[in-house]
Amino acid sequence: MMERIPILRIGNYLLVTIQVDMHDKLALTLQDDLTTRISEVNAKGVLIDISSLEIVDSFIGRTLANIASMARVLDAHTVVVGMQPAVAITLVELGMSLPGIRTALNVESGMEYLRETVTSPEEGDDDNGDSTED
Amino acid sequence: MITGTVLKTETIPIANSSDVVMVRQRVRVWTLEQKFSLVDQTKIVTAASELGRNTLEYGGGGKLEIALVEDGIRRGIRLKFSDQGPGIPDLEQALKDGFTSGSGLGLGLGGSKRLMHDFDIDTAVGAGTTITAIRWK
Repeated sequence: MMERIPILRIGNYLLVTIQVDMHDKLALTLQDDLTTRISEVNAKGVLIDISSLEIVDSFIGRTLANIASMARVLDAHTVVVGMQPAVAITLVELGMSLPGIRTALNVESGMEYLRETVTSPEEGDDDNGDSTED
Repeated sequence: MITGTVLKTETIPIANSSDVVMVRQRVRVWTLEQKFSLVDQTKIVTAASELGRNTLEYGGGGKLEIALVEDGIRRGIRLKFSDQGPGIPDLEQALKDGFTSGSGLGLGLGGSKRLMHDFDIDTAVGAGTTITAIRWK
């Protein structure tokens, strides 16, 4: 049985919701699948929702950091959203503060971050077209 | 190390990475039964995950014994991971953050120690490793 975590594509973005207790091989499969998809579809942003994860240990933390680094090399930005407070407390005590990983409280603010960070080709030259200056 | 009176135990074999998931799930059930707070549950399960992975990766597999222990008026969960692997040659170094002889970040031992209250390592080169960790309620 080959388990996989589904990767959804919306425009320039890839969305992943981790809803299972990942064993290490599944985490590595996700890392490979995501990097492949980023380059296949020329994704500019990756959003990983970990709100269902009850723990993030050093392996999962490292996998998330690897994904973010690999995505960056492939010209995509990554945001990890929805970490539970208990998970955050434990991670820091474990000694892992996830440097280099952009986080957001929920999917909405994660998407907002990606939209602000990623300049999509079609709006590349009129970025300030509908600015909201007062 | 204070071990207390053992009230009940459960043993889980650790032979592959799915067993590490099983370790997390069983430890979670025990912490729930003992009504640990959500943060404490998360700490214990995370420590179990780190130590379980060590048992698999460095010890070549082994087992976890989960125990409910009582010491006077306090109760706690004791995790005892044992393997028959190569043992840890330099304990002091192994406990340092950032030290790894494998592919990890080197947070497993030192990190799990911080997540638990009592922590004891019994190891000898060629004679395997037993790590006992307790978190009291």
